[in-house]
Amino acid sequence: MENIVEIRDIVIEYKLKKYALRAVDGVSLDIAAGKITALVGESGSGKTTVASSLLNCISSPGEIVSGTVRRHTGPNEVTEVEKLGENALNEFRWKQISMVFQGAQSALNPVVTIFNQFYETMVVHENYKPKSERKKITKQEAEQRIRYLLDFVNLDADRVMTSYPHELSGGMKQRVMIAFSLLLDPKLIILDEPTTALDVITQDFIFKLLQKVNREMGIAMLLLTHDISVVAKYADYMAVMYGGRLMEYGTVEEVFEHKYHPYTRGLIDSTPAINKDVGLLRPIGGEPPDLLNMPAGCKFHPRCPQCKEICKQSEPKTVTMETGHRVKCFLYEDEA
Amino acid sequence: MAKIIELDKIGMSFEKKVGLLQPNKRIDVLRDINLDIAEGQIVAVVGESGCGKTTIGKIITGLMKPTEGELRFGGKNLYGFSLNVFSRTREQVQFVQQDSYAALNPVLTIRQSLSAPISHHYKNYSAADTEKKINEIMSFVGLTPPEQFLSKYPHMLSGGQRQRILMARAISLEPKLIVADEPVSMIDVSMRLSILNLMNKLNEMLGISFVYITHDLATAKYIARNGNICVMYLGEIVEFGSVEAVLRSPKHPYTQALIAAVPVPDPKAAKQGRDIPIKSMEITSLENRSKGCVFYDRCPYAEEKCRNKIEDTLVDGVRVKCCKIGELPEWTN
Repeated sequence: MENIVEIRDIVIEYKLKKYALRAVDGVSLDIAAGKITALVGESGSGKTTVASSLLNCISSPGEIVSGTVRRHTGPNEVTEVEKLGENALNEFRWKQISMVFQGAQSALNPVVTIFNQFYETMVVHENYKPKSERKKITKQEAEQRIRYLLDFVNLDADRVMTSYPHELSGGMKQRVMIAFSLLLDPKLIILDEPTTALDVITQDFIFKLLQKVNREMGIAMLLLTHDISVVAKYADYMAVMYGGRLMEYGTVEEVFEHKYHPYTRGLIDSTPAINKDVGLLRPIGGEPPDLLNMPAGCKFHPRCPQCKEICKQSEPKTVTMETGHRVKCFLYEDEA
Repeated sequence: MAKIIELDKIGMSFEKKVGLLQPNKRIDVLRDINLDIAEGQIVAVVGESGCGKTTIGKIITGLMKPTEGELRFGGKNLYGFSLNVFSRTREQVQFVQQDSYAALNPVLTIRQSLSAPISHHYKNYSAADTEKKINEIMSFVGLTPPEQFLSKYPHMLSGGQRQRILMARAISLEPKLIVADEPVSMIDVSMRLSILNLMNKLNEMLGISFVYITHDLATAKYIARNGNICVMYLGEIVEFGSVEAVLRSPKHPYTQALIAAVPVPDPKAAKQGRDIPIKSMEITSLENRSKGCVFYDRCPYAEEKCRNKIEDTLVDGVRVKCCKIGELPEWTN
């Protein structure tokens, strides 16, 4: 398996006046080339913060305290994202990794037509290149590219290019955002909750489209979501986050089959399914952790049905199974 | 089972301003809604955004007066009552909203929020009686010990806890029916199931009926597994019947599309999912909806006769609004 991005032991803190809030602690994550990797977690689990570190665009006052983000650009070429200078970072963003933000509705500029938003991005990115490599992009060239992308996401290019965002429906805007993220031919797209505000039928259309982008263009995807059913249907790999830690990582099939970590197990077992007849399901007890007042030891121990004495005192290490599956839990420490 | 509420040919329309000198345009948000809710029953109302499911909730709770049809409470027309009887009746139907943060007054403590309806409706209660009642309902919804929560303000509680407060406030007047509008869509996934289980407990132990409004078919199936489901599209009920029957063999093409689109938390089953039988992903706007079948523009089986007015058909105990029943391909699981 070839990885396109490797995150190693990353620690991200939001520095406030009196204290620092550690949103992400020691997360290591691989993103496989050409596959869809899902990052699952509840609100506050740190999934958006981890994803922002890929573009080094964590919103202030957040910053990367330690760890590395390595983007494999070629056979032996590696870009270390957090070491890029401002100009290089601007060129890197969108060209190497692009992002579809949560709520496409608000990600588009309401007073600029779709065509101009696309065109502006193309022109601006040209200016980040060294002077000798710059080209002038004509409107005709841009139109050809934009038309191709809008066609690809099944939109009527003639109508959409001249439209303002408010003239499009939620599903259309989301597809415009997907086309927009493809504009500079990136190798990885980050999708932050791409379908939360959409209805199920629209959701299915959007994901079918993303699968098409993934398969036909070979673009890898990092899908951030809280919906475990969506992960089961559309992703290849999944990583489960809880309280700023990565609890489990593996292929979707394996995670659903073994459910090694008690949190993953609780999450999967407490999700109602439309295809199964079950009586009462058992919820995960307790409440999500307070980031300012984290429990000692394993962050999940106050809610864990299999909690042992050691879980309350120290934090478990990440155990790698034979299959490459990774779990952060004391139940499996012996198997390493 | 006695019926609590009956909606008989309910219609709801709004006037939309078009221009200064032009007449207002009438938009029908609900058309021909027939729905009965029996004592102790759970009815799930599902549909996409804009289909009118929240409007039904507001009509049932008496917050909106329907422009057509009759709303009967205990067999009598609700809008034929005197004001006094009307408000006595309304006590018996309570509403739980989606956004628990907006539903609680941010400058009142939980105790103040909970005691207001009790002291308003039970005039003979002393302060000690009210306090006793509050403690009782708080323990019932699983917020124990109550003292730990009562002096707090809404922002100090988690989403799941606030949703429990709303449930406590709803049961404080001992209603017969609670309308819950998307009660779990805004809370953390790991907390959702416990709220659904709480609703089940209220239903089983207190015999309260529920109207559960949602866009999520999986939770609708879970909560109303012994009850009824009502599938809505563009202001009409397209299919109505027991949850078991509707989800096992959906009859209306829209219900079929909806069920095919729902992802299931099982990679093996999900990845061999079926294609969605639908023509376009764009929902027709209410203003351009056809006079006949509401699903005409997107239905893959539509033909000329679907443009006429559609009557309800009863198939195996399920009420379906489709004129092509029997001509559609067999649904296989």
